[in-house]
Amino acid sequence: MIRYIAQRLVLLPFLMLLYSFVIFVIIQAPPGDFLTAYVATLSASGTSINAEMLDALRRDYGLDQPFIVQYFRWMQNLAAGNMGLSLEYRRPNADLIGEQLVLTIALALMSFVLTWAIAVPVGIYSATHQRSVVDHIFTVINYIGVAIPNFMLALVMMWIAFSYFGVSVTGLFSPDFVDAPWSFARLLDLLAHMWLPAIVLGIAGTARLTRIMRANLLDELNKPYVVTARAKGMREWRLVLRYPVRLALNPLISTIGWYLPALFSGSLIVATVMNLPNIGPLLLRALINQDMYLAGGILLIYSFLTILGTLLSDVLLALIDPRIRMET
Amino acid sequence: MNAPPLLRVRDLHVSFKMDEGTVRAVDGLSFDLFPGQVLGIVGESGCGKSVTMKAVLQLIEPPGRISKGEILYQRDSGAIDLTRLPPKGAAMRALRGAEIALIPQEPMAAFSPVHTVGDQIVEAIMLHGAAGSRREARAQTIGLFRDVGISMPEQRIDAYSWQLSGGLRQRAMIAMALSCHPRLLIADEPTTAIDVTTQAQILALLRELQAKYGTSIIFITHDLGVIAQMADHVVVMYLGRVMEEGTVDDIFHAPKHPYTQALLRSMPNMHGETRTALPIISGALPHPFNRPPGCPFHPRCPDAMADRCATRVPMPVETEPGHIVSCFLHHDEAEPA
Amino acid sequence: MADAQAVEDRIAVASNWKLVWWRFRKHHLAVFSAFILACFYLVVVCPDFFSTQNPEQTDARQAFVPLQPLHLFDENGWNPWVPAIVGKRNPVTLRMEWTPDPTKKVPVSFFAPGPVYRVFGLFPTNIHLIAAATPGQRIFLLGSDRLGRDQWSRIMHGTQTSMTVGLVAVTLSVIFGVVLGGISGYAGGTADQVIQRLIELLQSVPTIPIWLALSAALPRDWTPIQVFFAITVILSLIGWTTLGREVRGRFLALREEDFVLAARLAGCSRMRIILRHMVPTFLSHIIATSSLAIPVMIINETSLSFLGLGIRPPAISWGVLLQEAQNIQTLALAPWLLTPGIVVIVAVLAFNLVGDGLRDASDPYSH
Repeated sequence: MIRYIAQRLVLLPFLMLLYSFVIFVIIQAPPGDFLTAYVATLSASGTSINAEMLDALRRDYGLDQPFIVQYFRWMQNLAAGNMGLSLEYRRPNADLIGEQLVLTIALALMSFVLTWAIAVPVGIYSATHQRSVVDHIFTVINYIGVAIPNFMLALVMMWIAFSYFGVSVTGLFSPDFVDAPWSFARLLDLLAHMWLPAIVLGIAGTARLTRIMRANLLDELNKPYVVTARAKGMREWRLVLRYPVRLALNPLISTIGWYLPALFSGSLIVATVMNLPNIGPLLLRALINQDMYLAGGILLIYSFLTILGTLLSDVLLALIDPRIRMET
Repeated sequence: MNAPPLLRVRDLHVSFKMDEGTVRAVDGLSFDLFPGQVLGIVGESGCGKSVTMKAVLQLIEPPGRISKGEILYQRDSGAIDLTRLPPKGAAMRALRGAEIALIPQEPMAAFSPVHTVGDQIVEAIMLHGAAGSRREARAQTIGLFRDVGISMPEQRIDAYSWQLSGGLRQRAMIAMALSCHPRLLIADEPTTAIDVTTQAQILALLRELQAKYGTSIIFITHDLGVIAQMADHVVVMYLGRVMEEGTVDDIFHAPKHPYTQALLRSMPNMHGETRTALPIISGALPHPFNRPPGCPFHPRCPDAMADRCATRVPMPVETEPGHIVSCFLHHDEAEPA
Repeated sequence: MADAQAVEDRIAVASNWKLVWWRFRKHHLAVFSAFILACFYLVVVCPDFFSTQNPEQTDARQAFVPLQPLHLFDENGWNPWVPAIVGKRNPVTLRMEWTPDPTKKVPVSFFAPGPVYRVFGLFPTNIHLIAAATPGQRIFLLGSDRLGRDQWSRIMHGTQTSMTVGLVAVTLSVIFGVVLGGISGYAGGTADQVIQRLIELLQSVPTIPIWLALSAALPRDWTPIQVFFAITVILSLIGWTTLGREVRGRFLALREEDFVLAARLAGCSRMRIILRHMVPTFLSHIIATSSLAIPVMIINETSLSFLGLGIRPPAISWGVLLQEAQNIQTLALAPWLLTPGIVVIVAVLAFNLVGDGLRDASDPYSH
């Protein structure tokens, strides 16, 4: 078991290296560079910049170097813990990403907890009460939940809050707390603002997870070991929780690794719509302005979190499933 | 026998309501089981043997249900009708495992793969208060393992079912079934999924334990050889009905029903001629939605009589003491239409 | 009895597709959804016919006109009409404020002449499903946007783009998935290893950021058609992995099956075994899976376009239309800008229901 985790950890840097290269290829792919995009914005606003200055800037940023040199310089800096400077904001990328990353992860985790807290009990109820009225109601809700794009849901929520309650539900903090230092009051304020985006973000995932939980549990409920447990004289709800639910959860846990990236993806769109301080909108802007090191840094962080999520779910699965634990 | 029967099944009907129609899996079944007796129920797969046993334990799952009949279980305080107990209620649960235990068909799938075998047996013991503490229950489990012939019980108790061989798994299952000293043991094809040598050991073990504890056993199988080894009394089932019932000697040496005779003919014989084809029962088991009218066996019966077998259902009648047969060759009593 | 026997015989000789169809037919909701989808694809074939006007026609004086719901009857019986809308400029905000005037009816007719368009870009005609009875009169069944463009007609054209993107992206995914999954599952060995790792890599990346990055890499000066195809390819490049995994799994399982061994012993060529013996056994399953993949593609296209990195105006897609609803103040003023979202939900719902129905029907072991 420990050997297995160690193996995965050893593999992690190599995987990150692979990702970093792919990411660099992608962020380098747009024709032109940050400066061409910059010049385009400038000329759109009626100002211009002379060619010499442009060349000087290009040299400064190292944008005149060949692709592979630029990649190595980026890697070198990253290895030294330096994420580089944002070309657009002219601030260290690490500062820009900093707090927003914490909020991004907090939002994803809250959404994750909400999803599981709702999906698992509902899935269990639906499976054990198959074809009941409540099961049918949940099924309908699930279908709709999967069908609504989450940005649409965010829009509708904001529209309802704005038109009927006259409140704007954008952002993660009240105006008083936006730039305040961290305190308990600020944390409470954050939690008060976060639940709505967390729900918006989690709805499609909840619907999907509920369906999987229901289907898995229905499969497990037909297994002979359930009959054995019943024949022992166990209470129905106790035996359901102890045996089939435990087994139905295993495949779900192995999908956490895929579920986390989906959450990050979703949070990008929801955060953009709801104007949340999240690395999603930052990435979007960086991509559009070809602020390549900022975009690259964010993509790399996404990938890292994803790999971590996959590793976590594998370890978790091995912990709860002896069949996997003994094999590895 | 003087003691009242431990179990009396009377006119039991179990039906499954499907989209395509209703399947009558058990159709008017009656039999008695006396204390200390081993009753063998034999029949082809799909004839309703397992469903009958699930009915006794009240473990029939929807869309199936007991539509008619009684299952009378004799306790010291008197007989109770199990069909009237709510399946998930406390009274039924107190009986399951404690007084009526099950040895299921597939020992592989009958244990949860993510809990240790010992864990699952300890749970059964604790559930019915047969031990004061988990530690005590664990000690009992180790003792049971020794009883059922599992070597190194101290280590095996912490194994997962998939780490044990088929024979060991079935022994562990028997240990679990015996953990609360039940009065009635239902063995549902306990040896089908096991290879032949292990099968013989398991049967010997069951016989030995039966003699030791005096438990009554209902033994379900499609294997007549196993029945001959195990049972005192035999019920032959076909399509949810009793075809013939009698002592093991009656059934094997003086079978009356053409179905029983056909089953016996299709058994390989040690002293028979070699290289001859075994006789087979012609035709196939009818589709469950497609029950033949009249005697359920008549389309495959070599002795079917054109005037009655296809139209009327023969009743089970005791033609000789202790020997019951449902066939117009031996009597002329039909079920009321 | 004879009937039951006849039914049994009929089932015994029915082809696999017939069995699938019989089982599918039992899911009433799925059949209904299939009908809805058929309607959607009718719109895809010829959006202009279903439009009431040119989707690009702007008129600043007719911005944010509210819905003019279609009525089929009036007090005299069959007489299709929409209520007239009267505009008044608010003296304080200087904004046009519209109120429906139910006393004034604008008569409309079906299969009536309207703006000229070309069917399939070839045959000019001016017949529309719905048009105002007075030529030149504009009607806004679903209101108008900030430039005074007709929301209804734009949704019809958006349907064409979005539904096509979904279909083409999934078709490409299926091709990638079947070919690569097939190689992986049938050939095994090194090829399998490489493809397996590739699938794992693609599945563990957060998709939308990568999509965004790839879409941002598209040159600004590309034509809408080029962008359209590029987006489709980008969507399918990451979307094929699930299918690839499944196809691989099927191949692995089938390789061990007796009928494949039988075919090999009978001397069938490799290609023939794959195409004639293996693929047909899971073709219906692939179709079911891909019909479940289409809605995912549609949601993804809509999301990308909504963020401004997918289909770009002047091309029209559901996502492009929803961009108009981005501003909450505008939305509060003109909630009908969300109607393309309802269309998205209906389409996705219909695809999911049909896909589930197909999946259940194509599973030979389901009841």
